[in-house]
Amino acid sequence: MNAAITAHHLTKRFGDFTAVDAISFEVKKGEIFGFLGANGAGKTTAIRMLTGLNRPTDGEATVAGFDVYRQSEKIKENIGYMSQKFSLYEDLSIRQNIRFYGGIYGLRSKEIQEKTKQILETLSLEVYADKVVGELPLGWKQRLAFAVANVHDPAIVFLDEPTGGVDPATRRRFWEMIYATANLGRTIFVTTHYMDEAEYCDRISIMVAGKIEALGSPHELKEKFSASTMDEVFVSLARPK
Amino acid sequence: MNSSIKISNINHVFGEVQALKDISFEVAPGELFGLIGPDGAGKSTLFRILTTLLVASSGSATVAGWDVKQDLKQIRRRVGYMPGRFSLYQDLTVEENLKFFATIFGTTIKESYHLIEEIWVQIEPFRKRRAGKLSGGMKQKLALCCALIHQPEVLFLDEPTTGVDAVSRREFWDMLQRLKAHGITILVSTPYMDEAIRCERIALIQAGEILSIDTPKAIIASYKKPLFAVRSNNFYQLLQDLRGFDQTERVEPFGEYLHLTAKSKLAPTVVESYMEEKGHEGIVVKPIEATIEDVFLDLM
Repeated sequence: MNAAITAHHLTKRFGDFTAVDAISFEVKKGEIFGFLGANGAGKTTAIRMLTGLNRPTDGEATVAGFDVYRQSEKIKENIGYMSQKFSLYEDLSIRQNIRFYGGIYGLRSKEIQEKTKQILETLSLEVYADKVVGELPLGWKQRLAFAVANVHDPAIVFLDEPTGGVDPATRRRFWEMIYATANLGRTIFVTTHYMDEAEYCDRISIMVAGKIEALGSPHELKEKFSASTMDEVFVSLARPK
Repeated sequence: MNSSIKISNINHVFGEVQALKDISFEVAPGELFGLIGPDGAGKSTLFRILTTLLVASSGSATVAGWDVKQDLKQIRRRVGYMPGRFSLYQDLTVEENLKFFATIFGTTIKESYHLIEEIWVQIEPFRKRRAGKLSGGMKQKLALCCALIHQPEVLFLDEPTTGVDAVSRREFWDMLQRLKAHGITILVSTPYMDEAIRCERIALIQAGEILSIDTPKAIIASYKKPLFAVRSNNFYQLLQDLRGFDQTERVEPFGEYLHLTAKSKLAPTVVESYMEEKGHEGIVVKPIEATIEDVFLDLM
């Protein structure tokens, strides 16, 4: 099996409203996949189905080889998730957060110790290990949240607007972490409103009103829409003339 | 000249953190002025000081000619403020919120309709919906309507486009241009560097300090170092390789290209041969003009 995610006519309806309208796509193993769309296009609903939080109305999907209807608990064990609002506990220290999430994901104490050491080293946070997370600068929190989302070596990591608000240098260091992680063979599924970040993805899909209206590498999409930047591609799709 | 906003040597300290360091600048009447910087730069603190919600540790400021420490009432009547966090009444409907703010300021929706019409027509279909149930984009539009309902002279918009998609951001800035045409002075903050060019003048702000203040064009022109857009088929490897290039002062990802700032003037062919040496294929090297983000990275 070479696909990390498969979706076939995946659909979610809320009453009369079709939030996600029969979307089909595949994400390859080790790929950085950008999941783009305007606010309200249905991205969040789609992500909630793929992460096992919401049951689809129709269609099929597998994530890390597990079925979204029958194996949502398996999916949760095999993915990492990080959102803009983070999942870190502000009043726990860095070390305690890592231990907490390691525990949640069923790591043994010894593994948690190793992971803690490794994360602190990679992020150069050894000195701050016992500092309360709430006191850390936003950029550090984002990097830590990413590391914690990876603590159980998941097959796929979902990143929901991970870089909002940070300075341009911090934003770039974050993407280098993403690259390094993808280079290890891990699949990255990411949403962003920064169009320059869309360019860093191997492939991108763009959702408009519940449907995937474009899918391809940044280069392919720019060619297809005769655009010089992803921003132009996005605008021509989201607000057709 | 009567400045619409005049800030003189403002400092602000929260406990041990110096949130603002000696900030001074002026905004002319009718100007669209952008405060560009990341979270934690001090933008919101400055907004709160200028809207009389926070008293600065030291320094002074006037808004619409009134002192921010002494003339709270005059200022509050004359400014519109849209905070970064949605602060309307979640359990009132769209219409009730707008009426509430109109009443507070002793005005009516009708009186200010010319100012809010363009935005209002977009949220009117939802006027019976509770504000808490609106989408992000709609909340933002309602907040802007409420901030405009008393026809303010000066409008403060704190990160109005954060978390908003690229297309809606564009439309929001188009709308600001039209508000400006009504003569309203606008101070707007944003963490998106690409929005800087939509302002007449900008201040780049980081860690409580202003790094640079000028027209976007002049700020871009101030970048004197040789800059190249560079790419190859292996983007991540190229980034690592160029960090080891002896001519590199800085290399940063910028969308599909890397931006390479060289230590001194050099021909693109020099960069090309280095990349060939490292085994890269699909090589592109071209001299380019800086963007606001290049300048920001350089000044940080």
